[in-house]
Amino acid sequence: MNIVVCVKHVPDAQSDRGFNEDNTTDREGVDGLLSELDEYAVEQALQIVEAGEGEVTVLTIGPAAAAEAVKKSLQMGADKGVHICDDAIAGSDALATSLVLAEAIKKIGTPDIVLTGMASTDGTMGVVPAMLAERLGLPQVTYASELSVDGGVATMRRDGDTASETIQASLPALISVTDQINEPRYPSFKGIMAAKKKPVEEWTLADLGVDAGQVGLANAATAVVATTKRPPREQGTIVTDEGDGGTKLAEFLTTNKFV
Amino acid sequence: MAEVLVLIDHANGEVKKPAAEMLTIARRLGEPSAVFIGPGAETAKDLLARYGADKIYAVSDPAALEHLVAPQAEVLAQLVAEKQPAAVLIPSNAAGKEIGARLAVKTESGLLTDVVDVQAGPVTTQSVFAGSYSVEAKVSKGTPIICVKPNSAAPEQANGAGSFEELSVSFSDSAKASKITASEPKKASGRPELTEAAIVVSGGRGTGGDFSPVEAFADSLGAAVGASRAAVDAGWYPHSSQVGQTGKQVSPQLYVAAGISGAIQHRAGMQTSKTIVAINKDEEAPIFELVDFGVVGDLFTVLPQATETVKGK
Repeated sequence: MNIVVCVKHVPDAQSDRGFNEDNTTDREGVDGLLSELDEYAVEQALQIVEAGEGEVTVLTIGPAAAAEAVKKSLQMGADKGVHICDDAIAGSDALATSLVLAEAIKKIGTPDIVLTGMASTDGTMGVVPAMLAERLGLPQVTYASELSVDGGVATMRRDGDTASETIQASLPALISVTDQINEPRYPSFKGIMAAKKKPVEEWTLADLGVDAGQVGLANAATAVVATTKRPPREQGTIVTDEGDGGTKLAEFLTTNKFV
Repeated sequence: MAEVLVLIDHANGEVKKPAAEMLTIARRLGEPSAVFIGPGAETAKDLLARYGADKIYAVSDPAALEHLVAPQAEVLAQLVAEKQPAAVLIPSNAAGKEIGARLAVKTESGLLTDVVDVQAGPVTTQSVFAGSYSVEAKVSKGTPIICVKPNSAAPEQANGAGSFEELSVSFSDSAKASKITASEPKKASGRPELTEAAIVVSGGRGTGGDFSPVEAFADSLGAAVGASRAAVDAGWYPHSSQVGQTGKQVSPQLYVAAGISGAIQHRAGMQTSKTIVAINKDEEAPIFELVDFGVVGDLFTVLPQATETVKGK
C-alpha cells in the first residue's frame, strides 16, 4: 500500500497573522509549522502502512521554509519527502495549488491512496482535496471521521449537518480525514534521528512540466481586492456575580432586544 | 440580465433557511435560477419563486445524491455550459464547498468560499485568520463560483416567475465512484441549526460535562447549542456542535459562551458574532476581552437565574 500525504506549512495560528502589500499571506514575518490538521493525515497514513506494508511519501508545495513541514512528517515516521519549491508558485490560488499537487502525484506514480487533512489552518477553504480528486479522476472519500481500508476498498464515516453517512470507494482513492479520526503521535527521539537520513526530493515547476503561466498570483482565478484588519472588539461591561449575575445578564439581553 | 444559479440547500426536500438568503443575494447579480437536486422540487417550487427564483431547474434522478458530491458538480457544470450564468452561488458547508471545488476545476473558474457578503461585481467579503481580518475578493477567470455562508443576507421576498424545468443529466462513471451506502439522520434536537441560528449558547470545560443549564438557557432564548473543542474532546457534546476553527464558524446576532476560556481555536469560530456574552468563573479568561457583557461567576447559578428571568418576561 503506497500512500502520498499532502501537507502544508502554515503561519502559526497562535501568532499575529497578516498580509503582505500584494494581499498575499505573510509567510515570512510569522513562525510557520506543519498545519495541525495535516498531522491527522500523516498519522492515518502511518497507521494504514503499519497495519500492512508499503511506503508513505509526504508532498508539500511552498517556499524554502516549507521543508519544515516535510521534516516533521518524516520525524513522525513517513518514509520520504517531496518538496515543490518554485518562486513562480507564490500567491497561487486553490486551483493552481491542486494542479501542481496533481502533477507531482502523477510524477511520484499514482499511489493506492492520496491522503490529506480536511483543510489548511490558514486558508481554511477545505477545497483542495475535492479538486485533487477531480483532477486525478480518483474517487473522493473526504471528511473521514472513521476510516477502514480493507481488500482494496475504503469505507468511511462522514458526519454532516443533517446525517452521518457511510461512504465506500475502491482504491486508488483520495481520502481526507478530520481531527476526529485519530490522535497524532509526537516524533520520538529515534524518529527525529532517523528523519535526518530520509530522502527528500526538491522539484521545480519545470520538473513537473507545469507552465509558470498556469500558477502564481498573476494567473490566479481569484483576486483579493482589499484586506482590512478588524478593530479589536471593545470590552463591554463585566459584572461579578453577587447573587444577581443571572438577573443582570437577563436585563442586558432585554435591553438589547434579544428577549 | 444573465442568470445566476443558486444551488438550493435542502434536507430530503425541506428547503433550508440559507436558500432564501442566497436567492436574495442572487438578485443583486442577475436573475436568480434555483437548482434543486433531489426529491421534493415540486413542493419547494412556490417557496423558491416567492424568494425570487425566475427559473427552477430540477434534477430528480436519485443517483445525484447517492454518490458523494461529484454528480452535483456535474449538474452545475452542465448548466454553466448551457446557460452561461453571471455567477453560481452554493451553500458554504462541507459538501457545498466540495461541489464548488469540482465545478471550479471543470469550468476553469475562480472559487471563493466562506463568503459573508456579496455585492454587485460580484465582490465578496470573507472573514479570515480567526476573524481578525476582513477580505474583499473577486473572481478574475471563468464563471464566479461563490460559496455563501448562512446569515449572509436578510431574506427578502420577490415574485419570481418560478418556471419549472426538469433536467436530465447523465452522470459519468467517475462521478459515481464514491458511493453513499448508508445514512443515519442526526437526532432532531428541536433547536435551530447551529450555523443558521440567530442566537447560539455554547458550553465548555466549565460545564464539567453537564450541559443542562446551557440547554435550558438556549431553549429560553430559542437558541442553538454549541460546544467548545474541550467539551467535544471530552465526549460531552457531539462534534457536529463544535464551534471553532475545526468545527463550525458561526456569526449569530448573539453568542453566549458559558464556561469557555476563549482560546484562539474557539475564537476563530465565533469572533464575528454581533453581540458576545460570556459567563466564566475565571475573571482572567481571555473570552472576556471580546465580550459586550460578561459575568464573572458560576454558570450553574448564573444561567438558571437568567433562564428563569427570561422565561418570566
